[in-house]
Amino acid sequence: MPATDADVIDALVGIAPGSDLDAIRARRPEARTHAQTTYRALFAPEKPGAVTLQDRFAVGAFVAGLHGAAIVAARYGERLVESGASTALRDAVDAAVAEAKTKGPYGSYPAGPLSREDSAGPVYRAGESTRRGLGPRLAAAFEHVHMLVFHPRDAAPASLKTLLDADWSTTDIVTISQIVAFLSFQIRVVTGLRVLAGRSARSTT
Amino acid sequence: MSDKVLTPPEHKAPAAFTRAQLDWLPWLEPLAVEEMSARHMASLVDAARVKSPYFRLLARDPDALEARTRTDKDIFYNADAGLPRAERELAAAATSRFNGCLYCASVHARHAATYSKRESDVDRLLDAGVGADLGERWSAIVAASVALSATPSTFGPEHVDRLRRAGLDDLAIADVIHASAFFNWANRLMLSLGEPAVGAGA
Repeated sequence: MPATDADVIDALVGIAPGSDLDAIRARRPEARTHAQTTYRALFAPEKPGAVTLQDRFAVGAFVAGLHGAAIVAARYGERLVESGASTALRDAVDAAVAEAKTKGPYGSYPAGPLSREDSAGPVYRAGESTRRGLGPRLAAAFEHVHMLVFHPRDAAPASLKTLLDADWSTTDIVTISQIVAFLSFQIRVVTGLRVLAGRSARSTT
Repeated sequence: MSDKVLTPPEHKAPAAFTRAQLDWLPWLEPLAVEEMSARHMASLVDAARVKSPYFRLLARDPDALEARTRTDKDIFYNADAGLPRAERELAAAATSRFNGCLYCASVHARHAATYSKRESDVDRLLDAGVGADLGERWSAIVAASVALSATPSTFGPEHVDRLRRAGLDDLAIADVIHASAFFNWANRLMLSLGEPAVGAGA
């Protein structure tokens, strides 16, 4: 069960008890504990409400896939299977990753002196068969999630209106936003610590 | 469902990155103070945050908010060795500059300047962007933060090596990683749930 997962970041980085990185993470004990508490709040909540566990792991697998973070994506993909997702849904998540993957961050600033830094990039709209596999609510969520991952500075009230129109509540949108934002953190901690582990002081001498 | 998108009141949007105090105006309805339960209140961690529409909006998912806040505080305020506070704030400001979050950049550029006393270097980061020459140690921290923030990440062994040459030990490098990673979390919430406004006092 996700609720009893050992520390996800430790597991994904491959941090063994007593290792150098174990000691480093122990120096920031609250950050270590509460990164995991956040994971549980978002992926093993007491009351999932209208954002079902399946929705949460579908979004998680999509975000990790968009980051090209294979190890993290595999984990969220496994949890999606465990949540009882149909083959059609799992295939749709994979198809969405393939359709939507790009490089970020890009986007536009409000017109003015910062406009010289504007950089164009795609706005994701799920393809027909992907949309069928995801269903309309999750398809709307994925289109918003893609913006959050790759071009968050293009965010505007209209994208929130689209989510409300797809029958997500204000509270649901807060939760979905936290899932994407938290994963943007978790994936980077895993990526960064794996690089650091591969470059440990001992191995470079 | 009666939920709706909010139209912020008449305001002036900031035209450039700044260290000045900005306001933040929500696009979705924060909880009203009188409808907040004890659990909602506790999720703010600091009671004074009840004044902030941003935190009252995030309090709609109290467990996620409280865990987020406790993670944030340890990454930035834990004074047990590692990266000096000024440079944790630099990593936060650089990440926010790169992602385009004017509000987050304003807060953490202000903190970076306060703790480092290097106001002109901080302003160079805000004005010229993440490619500005801030001296080798600061430029190495900015480059590592930016590489980790790219999607997909381009952070690699060369960034670790450059930080080591600049004098960072592995705990300090882990602090750079966490500070930058955390602002990839914060920026996405701030950018997508509301917008910055020039403060009344600016």
